[in-house]
Amino acid sequence: MNEVTKIDGIGSSVRRTEDKKFLTGKGKYTDDINRPGQVQAYFLRSDVAHAKIKKIDIKNAQSAPGVVGVFTGDDIAADKVGGPICGWVVPCRDGSATKEPPHPLLAQGKVRFVGDAIAVVLAETAEQAKSGAELIDVDYEELSPVVDFENAGDGAQIHDEVPNNCYFDWELGDEKATADALSGAKKIVKLRVRNNRLVPNAMEPRCALAEFDNLDDSYTLHTTSQNPHLTRLVLAAFMFAIPESKLRVIAPDVGGGFGSKIYVYIEEAVCVWASKKVGRPVKWTADRTQAFLTDCHGRDHVNDVQLGLDENNKIVGLRVDTVCNLGAYLSAFSVVVPTYLHGTLLSGQYDIPAIYTNVKGMATNTVNVDAYRGAGRPEATYLLERTMETAAREVGMDPAEFRRINFIPKDAFPYQTQVALQYDIGDYEPHLDKAMEMIDYFNFEKRRAEAAKRGMYRGIGISSYIEACGLAPSAVVGALGGRVGQWESASVRVNPTGTISVFTGSHSHGQGHATTFAQIVADKLGIPMENVEVVHGDTDKTPFGMGSYGSRSLASGGSAISKAVDKIINKSKKIAAHLLEASEDDIDFKDGKFVVGGTDKEKAFGEIALAAYVPHNYPLETLEPGLEENAFYDPTNFVYPSGTHIAEVEVDPATGVVQVVDWAACDDFGNLVNPMIVEGQVHGGIAQGIGQALLEDAHYDENGQLLTASYMDYCMPRADDLPSFKVGYTTTPSTVNDLGVKGCGEAGAIASPPALINAVIDALSPLGVTDMSMPATPQKVWKAIQDSQSVAAE
Amino acid sequence: MEIKDSYELPLPKERVWAALNDEVFLKKSIPWCEKLERRSETELAAEVKLKIGPMSTRFTGSITLSDIDPPNGYTITGSGKGGIAGAASGSAKVKLVEAKDTSSTTLSYEVSAQVKGKIAQLGSRLIQSTAKKLSKNFFGSFVQQLEDINKSK
Repeated sequence: MNEVTKIDGIGSSVRRTEDKKFLTGKGKYTDDINRPGQVQAYFLRSDVAHAKIKKIDIKNAQSAPGVVGVFTGDDIAADKVGGPICGWVVPCRDGSATKEPPHPLLAQGKVRFVGDAIAVVLAETAEQAKSGAELIDVDYEELSPVVDFENAGDGAQIHDEVPNNCYFDWELGDEKATADALSGAKKIVKLRVRNNRLVPNAMEPRCALAEFDNLDDSYTLHTTSQNPHLTRLVLAAFMFAIPESKLRVIAPDVGGGFGSKIYVYIEEAVCVWASKKVGRPVKWTADRTQAFLTDCHGRDHVNDVQLGLDENNKIVGLRVDTVCNLGAYLSAFSVVVPTYLHGTLLSGQYDIPAIYTNVKGMATNTVNVDAYRGAGRPEATYLLERTMETAAREVGMDPAEFRRINFIPKDAFPYQTQVALQYDIGDYEPHLDKAMEMIDYFNFEKRRAEAAKRGMYRGIGISSYIEACGLAPSAVVGALGGRVGQWESASVRVNPTGTISVFTGSHSHGQGHATTFAQIVADKLGIPMENVEVVHGDTDKTPFGMGSYGSRSLASGGSAISKAVDKIINKSKKIAAHLLEASEDDIDFKDGKFVVGGTDKEKAFGEIALAAYVPHNYPLETLEPGLEENAFYDPTNFVYPSGTHIAEVEVDPATGVVQVVDWAACDDFGNLVNPMIVEGQVHGGIAQGIGQALLEDAHYDENGQLLTASYMDYCMPRADDLPSFKVGYTTTPSTVNDLGVKGCGEAGAIASPPALINAVIDALSPLGVTDMSMPATPQKVWKAIQDSQSVAAE
Repeated sequence: MEIKDSYELPLPKERVWAALNDEVFLKKSIPWCEKLERRSETELAAEVKLKIGPMSTRFTGSITLSDIDPPNGYTITGSGKGGIAGAASGSAKVKLVEAKDTSSTTLSYEVSAQVKGKIAQLGSRLIQSTAKKLSKNFFGSFVQQLEDINKSK
């Protein structure tokens, strides 16, 4: 990194170069792409949650106007196409493996959730496909649906392979040491919390366009994916058993993912299969109802927490027993989210000498549950920060001070937690102090009293979170059951005139990579940012990469780019040494120029590039011409962003409405490349967290019907639900990567729900309210107020 | 969801019971019913057109009579498929109680209904009110017709 920050280098809030097309409606999404002769696919979906299929009659649909083909699970099975796979499994407590039932592309003999695909109809138009599907007659033998995941073990068995509807029963930590610590504790704080189920709601619904070329037996798939190379790997190697070279996957502009577009879904696989079957390109676009029904949902945990304290209110032990809902089938990361992305975070920012957790992953007749912004870490943070606040209240300490005395001290890093992770670096008091200052914590009681005069209950709540992101050391991932590597790739091509094309394995679906990655290259090479082009999202163009999720793009993908640029600089030095007739060791690179130390002899970066491609005067005997380098970066550890968020709310006792009146977020993301983009990520994350805490709740009725399947019943946050956020930073650069960066994409969604619920409980604490579940809807809050008053009256 | 109501009719129980088993009479009581045909002693085929919230859907299905206890009542169960809109099913327990002087009969019913698919996803909030309205419509017009016939006699 250069010491002098240039206008468009690292640390500069450059406006996003990609925004011109997005803001003017010129983004090119999968649904904007059409191929000559394409047919439209419509999936007939189950409207019952759990049933045997006795008969499917497709005869009338086949002869419907415009219908080109109607296919069922039997057709897929006849071609021996496999279903989606689980990318990460864990061992069970009893030594057995995670139960992995098959997930057929189209139902075979049984449907397991409302939305499970039964048949696909291909027709000239989308309307004709839908009308055709209406003529399919499905005869069900209905089975008892399993919806309540806490009692799923007593329900009807959903998969033959999954006894008691339990996919896995996993543990982490030292059970005995934790039991001893708790039994010796002066006080045990007990809490049961529920992490409500969420629908991801990416702005762009899922879409796929598959085309088969019978001249060379190859497929091209345009799809809404966060990781096109993984999609190609899974489709080619695991589902279709074809060479990767016969499948090109392109994820063009993608309108948000939040995790929901990591996985290979059955629809895109069926489109690929059908494109060969009917010899025409096949396109499918989900409508919003299908998105609600079939995009993997998020969260859905119940956690029982026991936190032990000694006589000085220091934590001595923590036990967490979790039951989580994984839905009808295992999805790519559904097993790792509640286990290694959740259990390993239970130490939070605190020095906890003994931790044990048990997690049971249950099957239910609901859609699959998988990663959603934060993925496991919001659940860990929520239970821990709710417990910390409750504990502080119970022992009569200020919640900030209670956290402070339990923080891992600054000089204890690297810190080995009791739940596998080793934090490389962190310093937690500064962001607590700064957030308290930003929100004027010490004058809060004055504001509470002022609000009380207006008849409002005002409350304040803290959340000090940690997350592990930047997935991740492949060796660790592999040892913990991961089935893929977690490195990232980059290819940096210097063009003959000195402009740069960066090919990244990361994928941008709203994160601003075209800007941030260009800033890194511009900064390192001392060239203008507009000379750097970032290419992503096409398996034919970019090196094999793992894509974007888990706040990994900058820490892993950015680091790979940085390493490739280092290789470019090293080779350039050799070329410069030849051109300047000096020793390579004497060449310094600074501000875009190669200089012979102590002289005025220099070559600009562009001259070196030209020499590499027009090697008339070039050391060809020792050096290849050209200037292009690849790097594959596999980190040695996760990166650990941390921070403190403080929420301030006012509750109107007449209506139960919670108004978020102030918010301070102080985060430690290490070095920032583009502070404006980081701030945008923080804002978006907090908004999603406020949505979870106050508004959003995916609800299935006892028959397994999703009742919140439209925006009439599923409430998303709007601008007037949000205050103006105060955003600040502290900085401990990551020791894991050269850029000293961590990750910021998920932090807001991880930090915010407990801060907000803690604030609501604090607001209602004068009434004796000690608990509030998410979402804290006006009805729930109003009822809590009424109940507290009737208790008081008794 | 459970819906209950009752009506008092100035007719003997036998007369009400006969009407409850007359499909022509029943069809007249269901304005949204487009077809009602008897298949057997206990089974009828039906086609009804319903509007639930934003959706107008034609259901085809069957109606079954069970727990038949002449002339004291029965359970009438209907289930229908509405194609892409989903499916609906419901049942009504109908009871007839005659006054001591046999001059009048109290008809009471208890309805439960279930919906599936798109109707559940988009219209679940509306099901209770729709089912209530339909039940009231049906029994109301059933009673009205009986009273009209009674008067014209």
